[in-house]
Order: sequence, then structure tokens, then C-alpha cells
Amino acid sequence: MGDVFSNLALGFGAALTFQNVGLCFIGALVGTLIGVLPGLGPIATIAMLLPITFTLDPLGALIMLAGIYYGAQYGGSTTAILVNMPGETSSVVTTLDGHQMARQGRAGAALGIAALGSFFAGTVATFLVALAGPLLSQVAQNFGPAEYFALMVVGLVGATVLASGSVLKAVAMIMVGLLLGTVGSDLESGEQRLTFGIPQLADGINFTTLAIGLFGVAEILRNLEHTQDRGVLGAKITGLLPTWADIKQSFPPVLRGTAIGSVLGILPGNGAVLAPYASYTLEKKIAKEPQRFGRGAIEGVAGPESANNAGAQTSFIPLLTLGIPPNAVMALMVGAMTIQGIIPGPTVMVENPTLFWGMIASMWIGNALLVVINLPLIGIWVRLLRVPYRLLYPAILLFCCIGVFTVNNSFVDVLLVAFFGLAGYGLIKLGFEPAPLLLAFVLGPLMEENLRRAFLIARGDPSVFVTRPISAVLLLIALALLLIVLLPSVRRGREEVFQEED
Amino acid sequence: MRYKSFAFAALATVMAWSGASAQNFPTKPITMVVPFAAGGPTDTVARLIAQNMSQTLGQQVIVENVGGAGGTIGAARVAGAEADGHTVLLHHIGQATSATLYRNLKYKPAEDFAPVGLITDVPMTIVAKKDFPAKDLKELVAYVKKNPDKVTLANAGVGAASHLCGMLMMQALGVQLTTVPYKGTGPAMNDLVGGQVDLMCDQTTNTTSQIKGGAIKAYAVTTPTRVKSLPDLPTTKEAGLTGVEVAVWHGLYAPKGTPQPVVDKLSKALQTALKDQTVITRFAELGTEPVAQERATPKVLGDFVKAEIARWQPVITQAGVYAD
Repeated sequence: MGDVFSNLALGFGAALTFQNVGLCFIGALVGTLIGVLPGLGPIATIAMLLPITFTLDPLGALIMLAGIYYGAQYGGSTTAILVNMPGETSSVVTTLDGHQMARQGRAGAALGIAALGSFFAGTVATFLVALAGPLLSQVAQNFGPAEYFALMVVGLVGATVLASGSVLKAVAMIMVGLLLGTVGSDLESGEQRLTFGIPQLADGINFTTLAIGLFGVAEILRNLEHTQDRGVLGAKITGLLPTWADIKQSFPPVLRGTAIGSVLGILPGNGAVLAPYASYTLEKKIAKEPQRFGRGAIEGVAGPESANNAGAQTSFIPLLTLGIPPNAVMALMVGAMTIQGIIPGPTVMVENPTLFWGMIASMWIGNALLVVINLPLIGIWVRLLRVPYRLLYPAILLFCCIGVFTVNNSFVDVLLVAFFGLAGYGLIKLGFEPAPLLLAFVLGPLMEENLRRAFLIARGDPSVFVTRPISAVLLLIALALLLIVLLPSVRRGREEVFQEED
Repeated sequence: MRYKSFAFAALATVMAWSGASAQNFPTKPITMVVPFAAGGPTDTVARLIAQNMSQTLGQQVIVENVGGAGGTIGAARVAGAEADGHTVLLHHIGQATSATLYRNLKYKPAEDFAPVGLITDVPMTIVAKKDFPAKDLKELVAYVKKNPDKVTLANAGVGAASHLCGMLMMQALGVQLTTVPYKGTGPAMNDLVGGQVDLMCDQTTNTTSQIKGGAIKAYAVTTPTRVKSLPDLPTTKEAGLTGVEVAVWHGLYAPKGTPQPVVDKLSKALQTALKDQTVITRFAELGTEPVAQERATPKVLGDFVKAEIARWQPVITQAGVYAD
């Protein structure tokens, strides 16, 4: 224990220099602004800023880049709440209740709870990384393809819970999402699937393109149609910060979200992507009035936001302890470290303790700075919503197009956003919800990849999924979840039959 | 009369202009297209070179990542770019193998580029999970030959260096192992460290830190001579495995038709970068070193690409796995 504290002291000492705090602030600020811009994400930004880090010392460079990363996570939530536009995979769930809260005039409360919940989660996660980093990465090593597959199955079953309407329609959306996820190249044979000869689709449809089209553009189209339904403008802004009642209501979800996010973030295969979905599912299932979800329930913002921030912090663990980046942003960090002459790997902790512990300390500092930056900004964001919609939506559309273009420097992506926007509008008119589609789109390829890999390694033996303990447990959870989801429908169906018979 | 002198003056200006443009190169920032994701080993090499070349050429060399389809999307972009030297491509062995792997390429790797020079040859290493039952390469060969059904070989996807090396290994050993593809070396290394897969053949840039940290076992390097950063590892030839020699060579290219003076200027800047001490040190940490100065020239790279295309064509055709 004492060891950890002396290490943390070393870390804070290194991270609390004027220069490093300044770099952290710049990173967090840039990250937040980037996150708010739909499309332009942390990957493109960090790639663009990599050359600047040549001139900085290694710790300062990493601190700044990390600041951009979690700044972007938070900024993505801001647009999700304000204009129903998820900037990142992690903010999709926030749109469900966060945007509804904004429509009811409670944007300030939503933004505030997101900030505070994220800060709490970040603090806890930082301690976890400091205390148990190496240990947790050992645990994560037990996760093989079979376990990942089972985990994704749990996630997919839970996707039905994301929809507040008909379960059948949610399942339909999941199927479409799985189908869209297959577009691209087959991993083993390299064959192109559903790409129609367009080379830009050879690596699949971009998540950002799909999310911005289905959520953001479709929302704009819907608002343009129902001019009287633009609650974002009309509703009275009831206070800029969450009330004490809000905070009390949010505390348990924040705790649960932190736990979920911390656990899932450790998994090197980008397990953190599931965290907000899992948290939302949990909150909806244990809530006393689940019908509030999807209509502005603050738990639906507090839980997922804490989960995704905890996941973002703990996803540094595989990077720092094993040198293996769990996602594309971490891969960039590896690049930045390599250019600075630090080869990430198991030896970094021993050979470069100042760097290791300094990074961890700056993670907490970054979280604190994010609260400092974002709470005052809430007032500005909320006031931005009062701009007449006819001026607001062209600006949003413009930023979307620019943002999406920068992901791959590809015009095809912008066209796809338009296509998905129209498709999303059609879905809304027909009463379908896009959130399960997006989750299935993300999980589908991961599931397929891990399923095939598990079979390859087990030489075609399907029993591997039940003979490996973790996988078996997860599949049981998936089965239980499926029953919980289906049972009310079955019971309701039977009640209806009985009523009709009466 | 006046028209004649006017015409001469105009002609002289035009001729001077086209010559001058080569002399004035570069007149604006140069884009170095890296056809892979940022942060990876190719990207790292590119950024190190680009930074130094910026100083020599007097204009910023900006790295732009245009990833996807095994590097062919980025390469296609440069093949179709304006041939004035302000757009260049940094690609690795994939430039030669894509000629065979991709049967519907919209460009020709050997003809649609003006080669500038070779950069580095990154060695590859044969590595295995920590508790693989073999002490050295001889035991590994024996074990694999006896139990081809039990051994899994990881790679980073069709066309990746690890895939190519794996192909060579299997052909040299005469066995067909179960290949397990991943989306990139990060996930592949993760499963190797976790013991989910048995073997992999990958670049030193990815394996050195894991080998030094003891997370995986290493058996050999695939270069003709031993690697400085891993002096205890024998070469495949030393350890008795012939035919498994491959290095991930990196080259710099300009679009076809770029004026020769411009290409020469780029080549000289590249050679200067390869002599720089920072570049040499960073390369060494990655387990590689810059090529000899005379290999960082257009003719050597041009001939080398043709030779490599010819070398890999039978290997890939025999394996029968293509990327499209």
C-alpha cells in the first residue's frame, strides 16, 4: 500500500509542474472542442498534433494527447445531449435520455450530471489503475476469443432493452445493424462483402458516418418537418445545474456505471465500447419505473456517462502494462511514445516509473480540469440552443460534413452521411429506433471475428464456449437476460388473449 | 520582326519556367502519404523521416494517413496525384506484394510510380507464446512438423507482413498450420501474450519490447545477419531453417512522370535523413537501421520493387489466398 502512495506521490510530483498542467489543460480544451464537433474525433486530432509532440518531453507529450482523448469523450456527450448527435461510440446511449432532457429544458442538468458523474468515475478509475493495474491486466489475459464472443452476445441481447418501444422493431433494427456491420473485407480470405466495388467501403462503413447520419441528420430532418415540435427552443430552461434531488437520484447509477466501466475497460479488445450500453441496460432493468427511460430519466445519463469515462481511463491499463493498445487512439499513443524513444511494453513500468506514474496522476488532473472547463461552458451551450433553428441547423450540417470528411479524407463518407440521414428519417417516421441498430453494427463484426477465431483455435469444436468457465458464465447471463426481456411480452400477450376471451 | 523576338522571349520564359520549377522545388508543403493507420510502425518510420526532410528541403513535410485495403487506397491516391513532387508515398513490402494479392488494382505498383529510394529493412522475428514446448528453432521445427494440427499461427490480416512471413514459414516447413487472422498486430500480439495462439512471425518493431519483457519467446530473426538489438537471436539460416528470409523493406515513391531533378532532390533529402543521428537512434530502438546510402536511390528502389514482385508472385499464387 505504502508503495502505491509513494509511487503516486512521484507521479503527482511529475505531473503537477506548471508546464504539464498547462499541457493537460490545452489537451482537455482541444479535446472538448473536438468532441463537440461532430465527426472530427480524437484520432484525427491526435494524428494531426503528433508532430508538435516532437518538441515536448515524453511525459508532457503524452499528457497532452491523453487530455485530448478524454476531452473528446466528454465533448461527444455534449452534442449528444444538445442536438442528438453522438460524437463517439460512447455517447450514443447518452442521446437516448440526455437529448430528451434537453427538450424538456433540462439540458443544464444533463450536462452537469454528465460532468460530475464522469469526474467521479475518473477518480475511482485512476485509483484502480494505480492500485491494481498490472494485476488487472493479468486477469484480462484470460479473456480469449470465446469469452469476447460470449460478452458480445450479452451485449447484443441487452440491445433490445435500449429501445423504449416495441421489442419486435428493436430486433429488426438489430438485424439491420448486423447486416450493415458485414460490409467490408472478410478477415480471413480478404473477399469483399457488400462493397459494390467501392474501394472506400473495403474497410467497412465508418461508425461516425453511420451515427451522424442516423442520429444527427435524421434528427435535423425531423425537426424541419415538425416546426412546432422543436422543444429544444420552446421549453423554459429550468436552471443551469443539476438540483440536489438530481444528484441524489444519480448517485447510485454513477456508482454502478463506474464499476461496469472499470471492469469492461480493462479488456484489451476494446471492451470499453460496451460499458455505456451495459450501464443503461442495468439502470433500466432495476429502475422502479422503467417507462421513464427514453423520456428524460437522469439515471440514463448518469450511469452511462460514468461508465464510459471509467472505461476510457482503465483502457490505459493494457497500454501501460502490456504495451498493447486496446483501440485506435491508444495505438496513436504507442506511436507517440515510440517517436519519443520510449518503447511501450511490460518494461515501461520498471524502466520509466516517472512516465508511468506521471501519466496516471495526470489522468486524474485531466478529469478535474474537464469539470473546471465544462461546468461554466454549460451556460454557453444552453444559450446556444436558443439560436433560431433556421440558423442553427445549417451550421450543424456544415460541421457534420467537415467532421466526417476529416475521418478518412474521403468524399464517399459525406455522401454516405446523406444517405443514412434519409434512411434514419424514414426509420423515425416508421416508428423504429436507431440505437439498437448502432449497437448491433458495432458488436456484429466483433462477434463474428471472435466466433470464427474461437472456432479456428478450437479446431472447429463448439463445446469450447461452454467448457471455458468465463465464456460459459457469460452465455448463461445472456440467456437469463433474453428470458427477462421476452417474459413480459409473453405474459402481456397471454393477458391480452385472456382479456379478449373474456 | 518584333513578333519574332517576342516569340523567342515567350519561348525562353516558358522553358525557363519549367526548368525553374524543378530548381525551385519545393514551393509548398509536401504531403507524405502513409497508407496505414497512424501510430503504427510504418507511420513511425514516416514521421521520423518526414521531420528530418522538412529541415533539409525547407518546406514542411506533412504525414497524411490514408489507410485501408492493405495500403492500396493510399498508394492509389499518390499514383493519381500531380507529378510535381509535392505528393509522395511511403510504403513497405506491401507495394510489391499487392501486385499479386490484389487482382483488380487500379494502378500498377511497378510502373505508376517514380521510385525515390529505399529507407530501411525491418527484420522479422519468429516468436511464440511463453509456454510453447520448444527451446530453440530446431525443436520448434521438429514439433511443428510432428503436430501440424495442433499449432496455430497468428497474423495481422491478408497482405500484412506477418501474413507473408507466415506463408514463407509454412512453405519452408512443408506444413499447413491453422492461421488465425487478426485486425492488426495489436490484437494479434495480445492473444499471443495471453497464450491463446501459439506462433507468429512479426516485425521487430512490434515484438522487441515483448521479447525483452519476457512476455513471449523468440526463436530467430529472418535476416541474413543477426539483429543488433536482439543479439542473442540466431538467424533462420544459422538455426537451420532455409528459405525463411524476409525483411519489411520501406521505400519512398513519387508519382510517375515527376521530373528527374525533383526526384533527385527528394532522394538527396532522404539520404540526409538516413545519416541523421536521431533517426539512426530511433530506428535502432525499433530494432532496425537505415539502409546504406547508395540504396536510397531511385534506380536501386526501382529494380528492387520489380525483383520483389517477381519473388513473391509464386509464393502468393501457391498459397492461393488473395485480398480481393
